[in-house]
Amino acid sequence: MSTGALLQFVLDVLSLGSLYALMALGLVIVYGILKLVNFAYGELVMVAGYTLYLFNATPFPWLAMAFVAILMSIAAGVLTEFVAFRPVRAKSVTAVLITSFAFSTLLQNAALLFISPRARNVPLPDIFTRSVEILDVVIPIRNLITIACALLMLLLFSLALKRTVLGLALRAAASQFRMARMVGIPANMIISLAFAISGLFAGVVAILWLGRIGSVVPGIGLEPLLVAFIATVIGGMRSLVGAVVGGYLLALIDVSFNYFLSQHLLHFRDAFTFTFVILILLFRPSGLIKGREAGQRS
Amino acid sequence: MPDKQNIRSIFILIVPIVVLVVVAQELDIRLFSRIATTLLINLILVLGLQIFTGNSGILSFAHIGFMGVGAYTTAVLTMPAQMKSMALPDLYLVLKSVEIDPILGILAGGLAAAMVASVISYPLMRLSDAAAVITSFAVLVIMHTVMVHWSAVTNGPRTLFGIVNATDLKTSAAAAIIAVAGALWFKESRTGILLRATRDDEVASGAIGADITTLRWKAFILSALYAGIGGGLWAHFITSFSPNAFYLRETFVILGMLVIGGAATVSGAVFGTFAVTAAFEGLRSFENTINAAQILARPVVGLTEIVLACAMIGILILKPGGIIQTSEIGEISWWKHRLGPKPD
Repeated sequence: MSTGALLQFVLDVLSLGSLYALMALGLVIVYGILKLVNFAYGELVMVAGYTLYLFNATPFPWLAMAFVAILMSIAAGVLTEFVAFRPVRAKSVTAVLITSFAFSTLLQNAALLFISPRARNVPLPDIFTRSVEILDVVIPIRNLITIACALLMLLLFSLALKRTVLGLALRAAASQFRMARMVGIPANMIISLAFAISGLFAGVVAILWLGRIGSVVPGIGLEPLLVAFIATVIGGMRSLVGAVVGGYLLALIDVSFNYFLSQHLLHFRDAFTFTFVILILLFRPSGLIKGREAGQRS
Repeated sequence: MPDKQNIRSIFILIVPIVVLVVVAQELDIRLFSRIATTLLINLILVLGLQIFTGNSGILSFAHIGFMGVGAYTTAVLTMPAQMKSMALPDLYLVLKSVEIDPILGILAGGLAAAMVASVISYPLMRLSDAAAVITSFAVLVIMHTVMVHWSAVTNGPRTLFGIVNATDLKTSAAAAIIAVAGALWFKESRTGILLRATRDDEVASGAIGADITTLRWKAFILSALYAGIGGGLWAHFITSFSPNAFYLRETFVILGMLVIGGAATVSGAVFGTFAVTAAFEGLRSFENTINAAQILARPVVGLTEIVLACAMIGILILKPGGIIQTSEIGEISWWKHRLGPKPD
């Protein structure tokens, strides 16, 4: 493999992996505290996408639109918690899984009903369509933006977890929820916070991802949800680092499949990756990277 | 005594099915008969899901995938050879000349689904909670991917047409009655009772010697058999479909029926199917009226799903076990007062 091709491969993996890592983190932050899967996670991405679409043909600067879109996705995350999680949280695991699945269908069909079943283009700045040339390799600038964004988010997020009171509270709740409540951490607030962070990640993912695909449909949330599932399962449901590692690993697998698998087998890529997920769950039920049982998350 | 109650439950649960068939035949309206047939097929699917989810307490997303297995199996086995050369030109040579009776085809579909389930599910039955749900979701995605891309057998993502029209109201009613009896029988069988014990307390039931994995596995296979037969009946009723029929939307509807009715009881499954179908068809005709009158600029889509989703969330908040939570219809004390102590 020539240097150029290698660079291309590495950058493809890194940019896709950054996106996947952010998707996975958004899901695992909720799982870490509640030990529950949020099936409506993908719809947070959808909410941000449609907010951006509604801003079409308004005179606002694009960054402001993106900011509002992310805010809406955070709001949708908190709403998910209020509607689908808080009332049934104490009852049963199955009940919460079903309510979040129902809420996801609700949001999707609301988009069908009130906007349109067809794909809608979202406004994007020119920079997302331009590309640069390094070592004779054409690289879309959006890939570089994705990598930079993800690194920045990961850095800020880990600093916030380590250095702020809220971050400390989050980590405490994730490792020993009952004990955390006993020492005075309000449970509802910390759970809402986790959902807000989940929404933040989903919003950023939505912006970066729409930069790649350009339009939003009601079913847009399924792929981020599946990706987040796979990545967290590969990396480990209990560890935030695991989610990030899982995201990059999944991107490596996907991009390698794209490069090396024949066209015919490529169709079955999802089936291959999910088989991989099942195998990992069977042999290492807690993922490749085990979170310390009761210890802190890094 | 429990036996008598179960027999009473079976008879009471058969009543709405029989009434539905009689009314449909008396009315003789094509649309109503179609709705009734769909309801009965859905009932078989809901009962199948109840057998696993209701008794083991583990949510399964894979169910509708097995419905697809059953539907495609019987479609391929029963289609006339001439039709096959048009609908499935790339079909394997061995299957090209096969042409069996639709009833046999439906049974074969059920068996195929059960076989697939028995092979892939055994190792998965060790998992509980979130891991179990994610793997069942993964199984659904895998089955969907295979259905979409196995063009030789399924015609790929395109619609498969030309399936023999063989399911009528009476066939599906007969199948539904057997399904109700079977689900109650399983629930009260040794396996069913032990499985419900593992649902209520996994650790304690394991300690008294319940083989949790095998118990769940048996229920899962029976559940897949139901789904496969339901899928086969549906295939011969609808006569053309694409893999998208066996994905998240259908999962949502079937799950909604079960959850609203009450997952732990067969009576709940029956009640949920009837109630949700009634509400669904009401809303759908409402949607159609709005669309026909063109009150709004755009056609209304998705309203029925929104209402069903709200109903599911509402029910789970107010009554987490569904409308009929614990007792089968034949077990409630009302009957004791009515029927008194006299032997029957």
